Amino acid sequence: MILDSRNKIKMNLLNIENLNIFFKTDKGTHPIHAVRDLSFHVNAGEMLGVVGESGSGKSITNLALLGILPETAIVKADEMFFMQQNLQGLSELNWRNIRGKEISMIFQDPMTALNPFLSVEYQLTETIFTHQNISRKEAINRAIELLTQVGIASPKERLKAYPFELSGGMAQRVMIAMAISSSPKLLIADEPTTALDVTIQKQILVLLKNLQEKNNMAVILVTHDLGLVAEYSDRIQVMYAGEKVEEGITQDIIMHPTHPYTAGLLSSRPGLSSGLPKSVLPSIHGIVPAFHERPEGCQFHPRCSFVQEDCKSSAFRNPCLHPLIQESIA
Amino acid sequence: MSILKVENLHKSYPIKKLFKETKLLNALTDINFHLDRKETLGIVGESGCGKSTLAKVLTLLEPKTSGELSLLGKKYEEYRETDFHSKIQMVFQDPYQSLNPRKKAIDIIADPLIINSQLNRQEREEKVLAMMNKVGLREDFKERYPHHFSGGQRQRLGIARALMLNPEILILDEPVSALDVSIQAQVLNLLLELQNEFSLSYLFISHDLSVIQHMSDRILVMYLGRIVEYGPRNKVFENPLHPYTKILLESAPSVNKKRESATIISGELPSALNLPKGCAFQSRCPLVKESCKQEVPKLKSVDGRSVACFEI
Repeated sequence: MILDSRNKIKMNLLNIENLNIFFKTDKGTHPIHAVRDLSFHVNAGEMLGVVGESGSGKSITNLALLGILPETAIVKADEMFFMQQNLQGLSELNWRNIRGKEISMIFQDPMTALNPFLSVEYQLTETIFTHQNISRKEAINRAIELLTQVGIASPKERLKAYPFELSGGMAQRVMIAMAISSSPKLLIADEPTTALDVTIQKQILVLLKNLQEKNNMAVILVTHDLGLVAEYSDRIQVMYAGEKVEEGITQDIIMHPTHPYTAGLLSSRPGLSSGLPKSVLPSIHGIVPAFHERPEGCQFHPRCSFVQEDCKSSAFRNPCLHPLIQESIA
Repeated sequence: MSILKVENLHKSYPIKKLFKETKLLNALTDINFHLDRKETLGIVGESGCGKSTLAKVLTLLEPKTSGELSLLGKKYEEYRETDFHSKIQMVFQDPYQSLNPRKKAIDIIADPLIINSQLNRQEREEKVLAMMNKVGLREDFKERYPHHFSGGQRQRLGIARALMLNPEILILDEPVSALDVSIQAQVLNLLLELQNEFSLSYLFISHDLSVIQHMSDRILVMYLGRIVEYGPRNKVFENPLHPYTKILLESAPSVNKKRESATIISGELPSALNLPKGCAFQSRCPLVKESCKQEVPKLKSVDGRSVACFEI
């Protein structure tokens, strides 16, 4: 527990206040403002679903949490605390004690995240050696244990395999085994199932959910699929154009979205049980603004069907000025 | 009358390895279906089930191995190439890769006309601009290159190109999978609109069940190159009979569903080169019996649709 400037007791595993991420560019003098005034927290052992389209800043935020943004990035925040440790201004050496050990990550495409030249054994034990001081034999035993934990059949044989011998689902399991090898407190899963088939997607998410509950490991599940977060996460955070537009308990957000963007996303989804087949889907018009074309005021106002004059004023930022009131979306 | 008819279609690829026996990979086996005018047939299945191979064979991008294909009552072989391609066109999955980055929008859309028609430059341009309006692209975009367009706009370009020859059938191979959620609905709406306006028939391939359910009149579920269930949308979605269809529908994430301890399908797809004897789904099926390992189940009619399973 630590006390912040306002003497509030912080129990959150991860606490981010007013995170801003900029990218220096060759073109023009203004750096790109990729993430704007983002505040959020993750409680220990919970699954936080982060939903957003491309360009919403969700992946960039995750890279910042691991300190692996490219050098052109400038990260500014009022507060970036993980387990009482300030993540701002950490040296590379200190980052290594956190990255992969306390916070780890799995990526969208397991086939490109694994090194094609190295065996599963090499890649898995390499991670174990990095964070634990144990013998080779112990590391191999630990690797077998991890593969069993993530549901890989005949783990001993699989250790000798190379990534091309694995299916997409198995490769993602290996990635998860690597990520949980040093029992992290926080696992960031960035679109972990986008490259996988639906039946495999379900297997992987059930696995993540079980690991989360069993190991009391917090998970940030990043996805563009509202259905996924609705089913698996405890809380949802919706992002749009570098900002958080809405946040709350999963059921509340799904049943009663208050931000027009969330509501639009939910209703434009061709649901398995919503709307008449072949009817016109209520869609959000327009496109996500590019980084250099971000509007003044509410980022969503050019596409919003409930837009009013004050939404366009530059003084105003999220959350929504005119939230939808308890409009239930079936 | 059905405008596309597929009978006993087979497609296999020989896999040659040095000093080893050549094996046959059966990508499509015993495919039978038809497509009616103004109808959408949704094709679902996981990767490796043959959906994209089917699209390629139907558009003659790949030759079939055996079977009979007929378009508007005439066999494929009886068509001249240009006639054929003006009847059936395809929209590809990835709008970033299916458009030539060095061509302007107007040239991309006009390409089918240059190849398959005798129109002069001015006539072509008129048609292109009319089509750009139809698919919701501004006329002044005509001189732009693909990289100036967003994902949704590129897919509109792809759709415009496919429609230039007034085809009867559009084959849509995962047309919205590469697009953002808020853009998906826009493109789906456009497709529905165009279907009404031009009386198009769609063969809609997708792995996304909610999209398939929204767009299709009938559904074809494939597993490892074979049809496992085929019938009207409501029958298949409201009362799936084949165990694979059931599991597929249960696996699909939905905002209206709370996570329940529903059956998780165990295992993964077996390799298409090394198929087990009998039903291809046996290794993952919860209902598997001894007989499933002996013989391949044939499609039979049950409750208004066809199912290939012994246990139904």
